[in-house]
Order: sequence, then structure tokens, then C-alpha cells
Amino acid sequence: MSAVRSSAPAIALPRPVAPPRAAESGWRRVVSRFRANPMSVLGLVIVAFFIATALLAPLLAHPTQRNPYMIPHEGYASDPRPPSPGHPFGTTEEQFDLFYGVIWGARTAFVVALTVVASAVAGALLLGSLSGFYGGWVDEVVMRVTDVFLAFPGLILAVVIVAVLGQNVRNAIIAIAVVEWPTYTRLLRGEFLRVRDMEYVQAARALGSGDLRVIARHVIPNTVYPILILASLNMGGIVITFAVLSFLGLGAPPGYADWGQLINLSRNWIAGTPGHALEFWYTLLVPGTAIFLFVLGWNLLGDAFRDIFDPRLQGSR
Amino acid sequence: MLIFALLQFLTPAMRASLYIHDPKQLVGLADIIRKYHLDQPVYVQYWDWLVQVLHGDLGWSETAREPVADAVRGYFPATLELGFYSFLCILVFGVWLGTTSAVHKDKVIDHFSRFTSISGNSLPTFVWALVLLMVFYGHFGWFPPGRLSLEADQFVRTSQFHPYTGLMTVDALLNRQWWVLWDALRHLILPVATLTYYLTAVLVRITRSSMLETLRTDYVRTAQAKGLAQKVVVDKHARRNALIPVITLGSLLFVGLLSGVVITETVFNFPGIGRWGVGASQQLDIPAVTGFALIFAGLLVVGNLCADVLYALVDPRIRLQ
Repeated sequence: MSAVRSSAPAIALPRPVAPPRAAESGWRRVVSRFRANPMSVLGLVIVAFFIATALLAPLLAHPTQRNPYMIPHEGYASDPRPPSPGHPFGTTEEQFDLFYGVIWGARTAFVVALTVVASAVAGALLLGSLSGFYGGWVDEVVMRVTDVFLAFPGLILAVVIVAVLGQNVRNAIIAIAVVEWPTYTRLLRGEFLRVRDMEYVQAARALGSGDLRVIARHVIPNTVYPILILASLNMGGIVITFAVLSFLGLGAPPGYADWGQLINLSRNWIAGTPGHALEFWYTLLVPGTAIFLFVLGWNLLGDAFRDIFDPRLQGSR
Repeated sequence: MLIFALLQFLTPAMRASLYIHDPKQLVGLADIIRKYHLDQPVYVQYWDWLVQVLHGDLGWSETAREPVADAVRGYFPATLELGFYSFLCILVFGVWLGTTSAVHKDKVIDHFSRFTSISGNSLPTFVWALVLLMVFYGHFGWFPPGRLSLEADQFVRTSQFHPYTGLMTVDALLNRQWWVLWDALRHLILPVATLTYYLTAVLVRITRSSMLETLRTDYVRTAQAKGLAQKVVVDKHARRNALIPVITLGSLLFVGLLSGVVITETVFNFPGIGRWGVGASQQLDIPAVTGFALIFAGLLVVGNLCADVLYALVDPRIRLQ
């Protein structure tokens, strides 16, 4: 190990000077390109807004119950009530406060999406590196398995998995992670294949690095951007899938601070009362807007990342 | 190659079936386990199940109170009807919007189509479906949920109405019951609109970028230089070639349609396979869920096969390979 470190500067003397400057101008280029497209800025603003909401949830909507993700409700009156001073967004049936639900729902959305992405990336790192770095029959098996997963409609697979495992938030997250990992594995495998034979990897090998070190220090850092692009494009999709599961009664239980679940509570009220058809608009439009903005923000941000970091991919999706 | 693909696409449902016996092993009573050979190794169970399926026996569905195969047969026409009309609308609308917006790049129609595509990608299907219901059923009372109104449903079950295909619109035509036809169409409009909006977003994006690329090619410029009318250039030269990558992604569209059908049917209370499958999943009706997954896997195989055949028909270069 020490041999590697001592010999490295001697070989690559100009390197310490060159990369920082390249990185700096690269960073400036990123910012200017980002600013050039107002849609990207809009996406960033929306996502930043949701991150702030999720982080500040306890301050914005003070939890009163032991589990802060359960929405507090006053009484069990069945009819939703319109926005009022105590309930800025109104209440759903059984008096769940919509404001509280939307605020903490942002947290749920981030928790779900980040957990899914993290576990999918973890699985992908393991399988993708085995598959891409070593190839051979491992590669063949892993790729055929991802083929099977990718061919099947994700939502239906998730529904089936939750149906079998049981209906709760944790199982819904597991189901979505099972649906999502093949995409990441494929991407990582491709990146490993691309990077594997690059000169700097050969150089690292020549200096005596083992496989693990080459993978961890040289290959993985070079696959960060593609993963970042995919993950940011994927965030919205994950949250939609989770909301759909909750909406179908297969995700979050009633009263859980989740947008899909809130929309499910609005289903009985979309027709309104005779003469006032749109009377209960807030039960649907409040959580609906939240989820729409969240997904829109991530989609725009993902598009921006893709355009900036990987011009080759433009318009291919 | 094809058989290989078929095998690949079939396995998910089989895999689903593998999961399926396990919770029973945990929950179920010992005799049940013995009776259905659930204590056998997974591959033995799997083989038994496969043999059963090949004999057309999918088990008994507790939620439908009939064998799974019969339930599927009963629910399938509704889904087929919904899917068929949606697919038609998506193709027509998506291809039209995609090509038009590419031809008139950066004009009003282009901005409109880009807006459709971005918002359609971000707005979850079920939210959009509920908004449509709120406005067109709640406010205007035009398009109710369900498949048929009560009177029509009762009439359809009498001996005066002969069910030829199970597709309500076709049956109504064959029976010359115009009011039933109108009733069925009225119930179809909103679900079809929902699916169309959601999937057009995907299709427009692909068609537009492919069309833009084609319009930049040399042979299109040649056609224009020859003095051909713009309409002829677009219709005969550019669009046909631009649609080739669209067909490749047709299977993607089909997958989206299958997922969309599940959500749409649930929201609109449309008695198709999707709604039945979701109901079955909520109540842990495992044989029904297996049958549901199997049907969708089967549909997927058919869809992919169609896409492949179509691809070969459209692009002669494929056959040479």
C-alpha cells in the first residue's frame, strides 16, 4: 500500500495541478448550463422547497402523537371539513388534518424514495460489479434475471409482492426496491464494463492494487454521475409507485401521513353533495398537488442533470 | 430466439407463484399444507403448479367465488375493451401530436405537446382520473364510473340480449341496442381519456425526437429540394421512417398500458381484470393473484410478439439479419 502511495506522485507529477482547475471550470460550466434552462431552475426550487418542508416538518406541523407519522384527528365525524384557521388545508373524512398530512407526507416521500434508491444502489453495486467486472457466467445469470424483472410491469409486480408479504409501509418499500434494482444493476454493469479496461484502471492494477481496491477506489467513483442521473429521474417514479400502492390500500395504513393514502381518503367524496358537486375539492386537490409538484420537480431536475452531465443521453428517454 | 424470449417473459408469473405458497406455509394449518403438498420442496410445488396451469386449472378464487380461470374469462373482455380503445386513441393522438410538434418546432403546438408530455409524466394516473371524475361526474354528471348503468346492466343479463363477444360496445352493435351502445361508450370515455393522457405523454416524447432527427436527414432535404409539397414529405417520407423507433418502444408502451389499466379500473370501478387483481391482493387471495400475474405475463408476451412482427413488417432491413 505504501509503495503505491510513494510511487504515485513520481509518475503523475502534473496531475495535482490539472484536475482541480478542470473541476473548477467544470463546476462553473455546470452552474451556467443549469441557469440557462429556466425549467431546471424551477425543478431545483421545487425540490429544495420539499427538502425544506421535510426537514422542518416538526416545526411546521407539531406532532402530538407518539408516532409523528400518524396524522392527528379530532373526533370521528365522517364528513370532510373545508379549510379553516385551525386546519389551513381542511380535513379529510374522520377529521385527519390535511395540512399535517401534506407536511409529514413530504418526509414520507423522501424516506421512501431514498430508502428505495439506497437499497437498489447497494444491490446494484454488489451484482453490477460482480457482473460487469468479472463477466462470464455470473454476468449471464444476473443479466437474464434483470431481463425477467424488466420485462414485467413494475407496478403489477409490486402489487403482487405486497399482496404476498403483507400490507404495510416497510413491505411496500421492499416491493418497490425489488422492482427498481434491475435498472440500477444494468446501468452499473454497463459502467463497469466501460471503465474496466480504461488505462487508469490498468495503471492501478499495474501498481499492484487488488480487485476490491480497484473497484472501490477507481471504478465506483467514475460511475457516480450516471447513478445520480438515474436516481434523480427515478425519485418521482418511486414516489408515484408508493402513492399508487397506498391508494390501492397496499401501502400506508389509513391515517398515515402519506399523499397516496390521503388521496385514497378522498375517493368517497369526489362526487360532492347534490347541488355542490365540487364541495370537497380540497380532499383531492391538496394531496394531489403536493404529489404532482414533487414528481414534477424531480423530473425537471433529473432532466437537467442528464443534459448537463451526460449529453449523449439527450432525448433518448 | 423467440422461444427464448417467450420463456423469459413467462417466468415472472411463475416466480410470483413461488412466493405464493410460502405465507400459507406459515399461516395455514398442517393438514392444508399436507393436502396441497405445501411441505414439499419449492421446485416440486412449482412443477405441480405448472402442470395444473397447463391443464387450464388456476385454482379457486375466494374473492370471486369461482375458479380463477372462470373469473379471468369473465373479467377479461372488459379489460380488453378498455385497453383496445385506449391503445387506438394513444396511437392516433400521440403520433399526430408528436409529428406535428416536430414539424412545427417551437411553435404553439410544440409548446403544448411538451407541456402535455412533462405534466403527463408528473401527474400520477390516479390523481388525474379522480380529477376527471370530480369534474365530469360530480359537477356535470355526464360520465359515470362503472361499466354500464343499472338499467343497461339488468337488460344485458336478460335473454333479449345475446352476449356474442363480451365486449359491450360490439355486443350492443350486434344486438342493435343503440341505447346500450351509448351507455357503454359513456362509461368508457373517462377511463380511456385517463389512459390516453398518461401514455400519450410517453409516446409524444419519443415520436417528437425521432421525427426531429428524421427531418434533418439528407433524403428529406432531397425530397424538399425536388419541390414536393411539405405534406407529402412529412406523410410519405419522414413520418414512416420516424415511426420505426416508436415501434421498438411499443412494448414499453404496452407495459405502461398494463399498469395503467390496473389503476384506471380501480378508480373508475370498471369491472376488469385489474380491479379484480387489486381486490384479490388486498384480501390475500393468492390463487387469484397468481392467475392475475400469469394473465398479465401472457398479455405481455403477446404484446411483445406483436411489436416484433410489426417491426419486421415495417422495416425490411430486419428480415435480412
